[in-house]
Amino acid sequence: MSQSAAPVLEARQISKRFPGVVALDGVSLALFPGEVHALVGENGAGKSTLIKVFTGVHRPDAGELIYNGSPAAFGTPLDAQRAGISTIYQEVNLVPMMSVARNLMLGREPRGRLGVIDTARMYGEAERILAGYGVVTDVRRPLRTLGMGVQQMVALARAVAIDARVVIMDEPTSSLEPREVETLFSVIRKLKDDGIAVVYVSHRLDELYAVCDRVTVLRDGKVAHTGPLAGLERLKLISLMLGRDLDEVKSGGLTRFSRDRRRAGKRDGAPPAVRAEGLTRRQVLHGVDVAVWSGEVVGLGGLLGAGRSETAKAIVGALRLDSGRVLVAGLPLRTGSTTAAVRAGAGLLPEDRKAEGIIPELSVRENIALAALPSLSRAGVVSDAKIDKVVEVFMRRLKIKAASPHQPVQELSGGNQQKVLLARWLAIRPKILLLDEPTRGIDVGAKAEVQALVDELAEEGLGVLLISSDLEELVEGADRILVMREGAVVGELSGDDVTEDKIMASIAERGAESDG
Amino acid sequence: MIGSPGREQVSRVLQQHGALMVLAALVIVGSLAFDSFATEGNAASILVSSSFTAIIAIGMTFVIISGGIDLSVGSLFVFGGVLAAYGSQYGLFVALALPLAACGLVGLLQGLLIARTGMAPFIVTLAGLLGVRGLMLAISDEGATTYLVKDSAFAQLGQGGVLGLTWPVYITAILAVAAMILLQRTAFGQNVYAVGGNEQGAALMGVPVARTKVYVYLMSGLLAGLAGVLNAARLSSGVTILGIGLELDVIAAVVIGGTLLTGGAGGITGTIAGVLLLGVIQSLINQVGNLTSAFQQVVSGLFLALVVVAQRLLGRAQRLG
Ligand SMILES: Nc1ncnc2c1ncn2[C@@H]1O[C@H](COP(=O)(O)OP(=O)(O)OP(=O)(O)O)[C@@H](O)[C@H]1O
Ligand SMILES: [Mg+2]
Repeated sequence: MSQSAAPVLEARQISKRFPGVVALDGVSLALFPGEVHALVGENGAGKSTLIKVFTGVHRPDAGELIYNGSPAAFGTPLDAQRAGISTIYQEVNLVPMMSVARNLMLGREPRGRLGVIDTARMYGEAERILAGYGVVTDVRRPLRTLGMGVQQMVALARAVAIDARVVIMDEPTSSLEPREVETLFSVIRKLKDDGIAVVYVSHRLDELYAVCDRVTVLRDGKVAHTGPLAGLERLKLISLMLGRDLDEVKSGGLTRFSRDRRRAGKRDGAPPAVRAEGLTRRQVLHGVDVAVWSGEVVGLGGLLGAGRSETAKAIVGALRLDSGRVLVAGLPLRTGSTTAAVRAGAGLLPEDRKAEGIIPELSVRENIALAALPSLSRAGVVSDAKIDKVVEVFMRRLKIKAASPHQPVQELSGGNQQKVLLARWLAIRPKILLLDEPTRGIDVGAKAEVQALVDELAEEGLGVLLISSDLEELVEGADRILVMREGAVVGELSGDDVTEDKIMASIAERGAESDG
Repeated sequence: MIGSPGREQVSRVLQQHGALMVLAALVIVGSLAFDSFATEGNAASILVSSSFTAIIAIGMTFVIISGGIDLSVGSLFVFGGVLAAYGSQYGLFVALALPLAACGLVGLLQGLLIARTGMAPFIVTLAGLLGVRGLMLAISDEGATTYLVKDSAFAQLGQGGVLGLTWPVYITAILAVAAMILLQRTAFGQNVYAVGGNEQGAALMGVPVARTKVYVYLMSGLLAGLAGVLNAARLSSGVTILGIGLELDVIAAVVIGGTLLTGGAGGITGTIAGVLLLGVIQSLINQVGNLTSAFQQVVSGLFLALVVVAQRLLGRAQRLG
């Protein structure tokens, strides 16, 4: 990257206001060819909004965009795409029911005779492109039958395959495995070598330092800092994001959720909070046994496709089983019934929030209170005061940034939607909580907050099953770790054995690598 | 890999080709049970009477896949017929152009309203249903005037034919093939699926959402008008009492054919199978004799309910799978 070159894309004094909130307030940012530019900030800082202004989704209220040296105003995402700005939006935005190939090639399908789509070539090309991303799958399958990680790789492949001068990635790694993140990084490095400018949004600081050249920090819609990333200390970066003193950040232990001891769970003869026995489903799960006692956090480690999410789903009856049973507090659950599971006190925070959790049109308040309504009502009459209280508590604890509790959830930033969903399951005061990637897309400050809350709940006697691709989070958050591979539990780590290295070793053990 | 591909595939095939399989089964049962069922004459009459519904259903398939609905097609069908009969006094060209232009315009307006103002398709096309029927009554003295087809070339279009089938059957076949190609093998078709499957996502992927919607309703209006035109040619008159509730039959056929009412999935083959299935059921009931057409509606209704239940179960199998 050479600073002397002219910026390819530039925002000048951009402002964007939504009802009740100023999302962007005089933001300027210059993007140079061949640089990877990190865009960071707390949840709701305005990152996604800035990106959507760049790509014609939102029209700025003030300020201007300069693209290739001349003022530009993109009316629609299509205009921006045609001009050479390619974007992976924060929410995986593909069409779940269409095939993988058609998603990948939508808008630039290969044409055969008479201008009709040449399907054979389309499938071949899709396979070839995806293979370059380490994704080997039947490209004719509907996209939704693939895991979130693979879907995200498809979105990535789609964005990069478009002939672009600027590639924008809004939290591209949120559903990726470490191995896939490596693939992503090599793609980014290649883009950089080709002189393409990349905007990279992530809450994972390690990633920023691994691939980014420069960084712009947004705070409450304003640019808090912009400059080279190398030489900018991690803690300094965090303090810029949070807008606090460096010293305060250092002493507050905001980055590290330190755990000095591992609890053993209450095994005083009582049955475990949840016990799953021999969960089996053809090609997915092969006799998985899991037990979580009250008061402990059990981590599930393993690669994508190892069956972790499926195990969690099976426990709450959201995945049909060929055999196996689940006991909550010693009592067997009716299989295949999510209602029975919720009633028994088991809550699952699902991996795919968009499809399985958030109700976008409802307010923050309603979304939080939804699952807890039975416990907040008497004789079917809901107590408004109680709901307000619960909502208030969780909005404060999780630092949910919304104009008011009555704002529709779809208007919240991605990370804040995530927090709302988490609040929903915490609000039911469950006996057993299954968390599938609970801190995905959540900023550093709030992440520590979420982890502390989970820990506190465990202290109070809740049993927690924690799934995370983030090994650090597993090690810091879990008392005990079960390692899964290819649909089976292949190892258990407890006490001092709970380290990233040991988990990695256990995943890799016994030869063959899982094919994801 | 997540899920078992086997089960997933089975349920997908059932979803897409279930109507075709049931159709085949019914035809076999019908042939065995009634001597007069599997005759050339009967087959031709099923094909001829189904062709008008089929033409409308092709347009409806696009609309429903795009996540919308078009309730105006029944009214457009009569309107088109009356205009064609009226226009036939000025010759073949006017008999064709007048109704197609009028129905296309209605479809276009509906599409623009839906795509540009974000009004619900249900409401807009319900207004279309009422408004167009009113227009039709206005030009036919409250339905009292039945224009007769004056142009014999035009009448031939509905009555002539080869190999025992009338032209509308061939026209339907050509349209079905064209629609299949349009849906599966062109960018427009892909956009229709994308808009119905995830409208917001489609917009972010660069799909011209509004334009796609406009085209879809324009097409539906045109096809409903065309069906009316051909029917007027067949009957040699612009009958004003047709088409009431036709939109519901068409929607039923499309849904039975495996197109999801929620949008994003479906196809023309299924729709044609759905239309024929309803036609065969009707024919079988006629064979039984002393059963009225009211009974036919009961059977069609039951069938529709069955299909929707099956779709739900299949959909769930795919999700859980
Ligand atoms: N369509 C909308 N309507 C109303 N408010 C909105 C809308 N989109 C975003 N906002 C608000 O603008 C602010 C900035 O949101 P934005 O999505 O840009 O945050 P972000 O930095 O991307 O956060 P995250 O890390 O959580 O993704 C938030 O307060 C959000 O609630
Ligand atoms: Mg965001």
